[in-house]
Amino acid sequence: MPAGPSLTVVIAEDGVLLREGLATLLARFGHRVAATAGDAEALVKAVEEHAPDIVVTDVRMPPGFSDEGLRAAVALRAAHPGLAVLVLSQYVEQTYATELLDSGDGTGVGYLLKDRIGEVEEFVDALTTVAGGGTVVDPEVVRQLLRRRRDPLRRLTPREREVLALMAEGRSNAAIARALVVSEAVVGKHIGNILAKLDLPPDEDAHRRVLAVVAFLRG
Amino acid sequence: MGLAVFDQARTASRVGRVRLNGSWQAVARKDLLATSLPWRALAYLVTGAVVGVVVLASLVVSLTAGALLTVFLVGVPLLAVPVVAAVPLGALERRRLRIMGAEPAPSPHRPAGRGPRGWLGTRLREQATWRALAYTGLLAVVLGPVELIAVTYGLVVPLVMICAPISVAEAGHIVLLKFWPLDSLTEAFAAALLGVAVLVAAAYPITALATAHALLARLLLTPGKAEPGERLAELTRSRSRLVEAFEVERRRIERDLHDGAQQRLVALTMTLGLAKVSPPAEAAELVARAHQEAKLALAEIRDLIRGIHPRILADRGLPAAVAELADRSPVPVEVDVAVPRLPEAVESVAYFVVSEGLANVAKHSGAEQARVRGRLDGRLLTVEIRDDGVGGADVTAGTGLAGLADRVSAVEGRLMLSSPPGGPTLLRAEIECLPALP
Repeated sequence: MPAGPSLTVVIAEDGVLLREGLATLLARFGHRVAATAGDAEALVKAVEEHAPDIVVTDVRMPPGFSDEGLRAAVALRAAHPGLAVLVLSQYVEQTYATELLDSGDGTGVGYLLKDRIGEVEEFVDALTTVAGGGTVVDPEVVRQLLRRRRDPLRRLTPREREVLALMAEGRSNAAIARALVVSEAVVGKHIGNILAKLDLPPDEDAHRRVLAVVAFLRG
Repeated sequence: MGLAVFDQARTASRVGRVRLNGSWQAVARKDLLATSLPWRALAYLVTGAVVGVVVLASLVVSLTAGALLTVFLVGVPLLAVPVVAAVPLGALERRRLRIMGAEPAPSPHRPAGRGPRGWLGTRLREQATWRALAYTGLLAVVLGPVELIAVTYGLVVPLVMICAPISVAEAGHIVLLKFWPLDSLTEAFAAALLGVAVLVAAAYPITALATAHALLARLLLTPGKAEPGERLAELTRSRSRLVEAFEVERRRIERDLHDGAQQRLVALTMTLGLAKVSPPAEAAELVARAHQEAKLALAEIRDLIRGIHPRILADRGLPAAVAELADRSPVPVEVDVAVPRLPEAVESVAYFVVSEGLANVAKHSGAEQARVRGRLDGRLLTVEIRDDGVGGADVTAGTGLAGLADRVSAVEGRLMLSSPPGGPTLLRAEIECLPALP
């Protein structure tokens, strides 16, 4: 198992099966699950009590089974600036992703489909990224965003569009290089071209760059 | 307690009044003679006269025999015969009501206890039985004789008059109806013409009399609104409630998928993901667990699909699907469903009535035995689920029955429940439909 920095995590998920599974999974990757919660109220209490590095929460939870988890996450970020939140959702809801990215300064948030948990290593990577102040956006959300801003994106080559999608997901240069099986230098060149074509300011900070790209895609 | 139809009792009187006004308006129509109503009225009165005579004769025999034998005590039970016989007579009369109109005439009797004793106990304690007895008396003493006279003067007399020319041609001279001497064919044809006029004119009083009889039968032999727990009401077919019912159903499906299969599948992918990065020994264990989760997810999806629209229902129709439901019920179920293929929507609703009914039997009734009966009488599909459990089912408690009533109303049907404390419980759905075309 890869040994990164050990994080203190609070998990909120109403499905017992998934909640326990997530706890086991994160423990195996060396993280400390301080508490698990079955609803939004318990989540808020657990955060007060354990001051975790990151919260992993389901969007939909009791009692109303609408978006209690998401609202709790947004409220927690307002109350505890700097608290990282990774929101898991059964479906891609552009609105949810947007609300989350707009909470705080947009750093230290992640929005992923529950399906992504299956790729355990990538999932734990995403968790680490978010806890480190990064932004992680589900590929599905990015795909929808790319569809929305079709016009300016026509200036990009197909390869550049691929790179852009991976950037928007919050991947680092190294991760993009791994995914596309190219060198990091090539990725850096692509990124430079993309930013120039879209009139985005070149920025060495990966986190801020993600936000700029996502902001651009959201129009 | 009798059969309570969901949901607002107060619409009952309105429905009753409309029905009553409608009947009389039909009689007063200018084109009455062009409709089938006079013929149906005639058929109703002829059969009514026959039933009335038979009932009168049986009453006289049983009461006389009973009175004479009372001295020897054996006569006492004979005196109770009319009370008991009034119930099946009521059923016969409800069937006969169909001659006068398609409107269903439900039974006012609540489901009886087990065995002859149970049956008698239930029947003797309910008002409906005594109303049926009153009807029996009226039929034997008033309605039967009056209808016999009406049929004689409205049908037999004019027919004899119309046949006068034939009789005169054969015999040369007749005394028509024992008071009108006819000597020539001209006179005979005049009599025949008069006969036609009488026949036509008689259509009105005959229809009026039959209508009055039918209304009286309805009043005494179908559930009244004021009886305790015997609320008869047409379901308010509000569009918004139907939409809501379907919305609730969609949400239920979504929730079931979200909480069940989807949850399991996510857990399954997670377990497999873990297995991928684990050492072989541990991985094998994780794969085994994933296998188990996959099977559970499959089972859950299967159950869910069956809950949405069971395959067997679409393929084989209601009898087979109900038999399958009965097989899965933890309470033994006797199935007696004999209906042809029906429109899909009707089959689906009927299936859910049985499904929900049997689920309730299993969950709440404590019954040892349940029965499902399904029939298509003319255009009326009736599905009944009865059990010998503790009763006390409540429409207002929980959403199951209320939701079911909404579904039934979506196909213009009615759902009725009788569930007195102590049982037994009877759930009945009535849906008007035609058999599906093959």
